[in-house]
Amino acid sequence: MNHAPPSSTPRKTALDAVHRALGATMTDFAGWDMPLRYGSERDEHTAVRTRAGLFDLSHMGEITVSGPAAGALLDYALVGNIGSVAVGRARYTMICQEDGGILDDLIVYRLGEDTYMVVANASNAQTVLDALTGRAAGFDAEVRDDRDAYALLAVQGPQSPGILGKLTDADLDGLKYYAGLPGTVAGVPALIARTGYTGEDGFELFVEPRYAEGLWRALTEAGEGAGLVPCGLSCRDTLRLEAGMPLYGNELSTALTPFDAGLGRVVKFDKTSNGGAFVGREALEAAAERAAGTPPRKLVGLIADGRRVPRAGYRVVADGTPVGEVTSGAPSPTLGRPVAMAYVDASHAAPGTPGVTVDIRGSQEPYEVVALPFYKRQK
Amino acid sequence: MSNPQQLRYTKEHEWLSTPEDGVATVGITEFAANALGDVVFAQLPEVGDTVTAGEACGELESTKSVSDLYAPVTGEVVETNQDVVDDPSLVNSAPYEGGWLFKVRVAEEPGELLTADEYQDFSGN
Repeated sequence: MNHAPPSSTPRKTALDAVHRALGATMTDFAGWDMPLRYGSERDEHTAVRTRAGLFDLSHMGEITVSGPAAGALLDYALVGNIGSVAVGRARYTMICQEDGGILDDLIVYRLGEDTYMVVANASNAQTVLDALTGRAAGFDAEVRDDRDAYALLAVQGPQSPGILGKLTDADLDGLKYYAGLPGTVAGVPALIARTGYTGEDGFELFVEPRYAEGLWRALTEAGEGAGLVPCGLSCRDTLRLEAGMPLYGNELSTALTPFDAGLGRVVKFDKTSNGGAFVGREALEAAAERAAGTPPRKLVGLIADGRRVPRAGYRVVADGTPVGEVTSGAPSPTLGRPVAMAYVDASHAAPGTPGVTVDIRGSQEPYEVVALPFYKRQK
Repeated sequence: MSNPQQLRYTKEHEWLSTPEDGVATVGITEFAANALGDVVFAQLPEVGDTVTAGEACGELESTKSVSDLYAPVTGEVVETNQDVVDDPSLVNSAPYEGGWLFKVRVAEEPGELLTADEYQDFSGN
C-alpha cells in the first residue's frame, strides 16, 4: 500500500495513459494528477446535459466498513440514519466533528447486510478514514482503507442508460437513483451505482484498477453513436454548480454545520441505535434550533445580469455594505450567464432581493438572488 | 502548436503584428488560449485609450479563471474586435486570426519582444 505521497508527486490513476493519449490538460487535484479537460470544457458540459460524458473519478476515497455492528458504527460516526438503508441502496450523508463542523460529505452504499462502502472526497479521505477508525472503538466492525482497491469511472447524461445497457445484463431499469449493486460490465466485475454529481441521470462504476482501461475503452466504443465524450473535472464542477450541489472546501467546511449549509435534512436525530447517540449530536441540535429561528446566513444562488464571472471569495455587497461571500462561481453553459453560490445574510437571501451585487475586482456587478438549484433535469 | 513566424511575442503570451502605417494588431497566443480554457468574457481597452507596454489593459475570463491582458507596446488604441466581445470563444478557435483583440498605434516598443522561435522556447511548446 502506498498512501499520502509527498505533495510534489501527485498520484496517477489507472487511466493516466489513456488521458495522455487523449491529449488531456491535467491538473493537480487533492494530490492526484487528474484530467481537467480534454478539449473545450463547455462542449464537455453540454455533452453531459444533452448526450453523455465519461469521467475518471478514481481519486475518490473508498472505505469499507463491515461486521455485525457496521450499521451501528456508521449511525454513531455519521449524521445520517445509515443502519436503515436497504441493501443495494445508497445515501448522501455527512461526517461531523463533535462541534458539528462538517469533516466531509459522503455517499454510503450498503453492499450487504453487514457491509457498507463509504465514498469520501479525495481531499478528505485520510481524515474520514482516521475519524471512522477512531470512532469504531467498542464496535464489532472493521474499517478498511480501500482507496487502492478501486478505480471509479462515471457515465453521466441522458444517453448513459443506453450506453451502459450495451455492456451489461444488469437490470438498469430496476436500478433506482441512489442504488448500487454488484454486476458485470464489459466482462469485468463492477459495482454499478446510479449516482453522480452532475444533475443528470448516470452511473458510477467501481472496478479493480486493472480493469479500468479495458472498461474505459468498452464504454467509449459503446458510446460512439450516442455522442459520448471524455469529460474532465472542469465540466464536473460547472455541472454540479448548476445542479446546486455543494463542494467540500467551497460550500462545506469544518467552520459550518450541515444546517448552516442548508443541508440540515441529512442530520437524523431519530436514530434508534446507540440510544440515539452520535458524534456531534448536541452541537447539531443547537444548530438546528438556530437555523429554524434566525439563521445568520443562507446559501443562495446568484445569476449575473452581465458577463463578468464571480469567483470563490468575492464579496456580495448591497448598498455598499458586505452582505455575503461567493463560495463557487462560473459561467453557466446552460444558462448562458455567470452563476454563483454564496452565503448571504438572511436579510438579503430571499429570491428577488433588490440591489444585490458582487464585487468583481472593484466593480459592483448586479446579481439576481435565486433559490438553488440553477438547473433541474426533466424526468 | 505553431506560432506564426511574422508575429512578435511577449512573455505575457500576447502577440503583435508588424505595424502597417504605425498600427499593429494584438492578440493572445494559442498557448495562452489553451491554458485559459474556454474564454467566456473579454474586457478590452477602449478606442482612444493609451496603453502602456507591460501594463494591464483588459482582462479575459475563462471557466476557471480570469487573466489580465497586457499591452505589448505603448500607444493609442484605434480599434477593438467587436466580434470577440460578442463571441469570446473566437480567442480559442482562432487566436491568430478572428480572435485578435485590439489595434494600437505604436508610440513606443519595448526592447524585449520575442521572435516566434524565441517564444516557442520560452513557452516550451
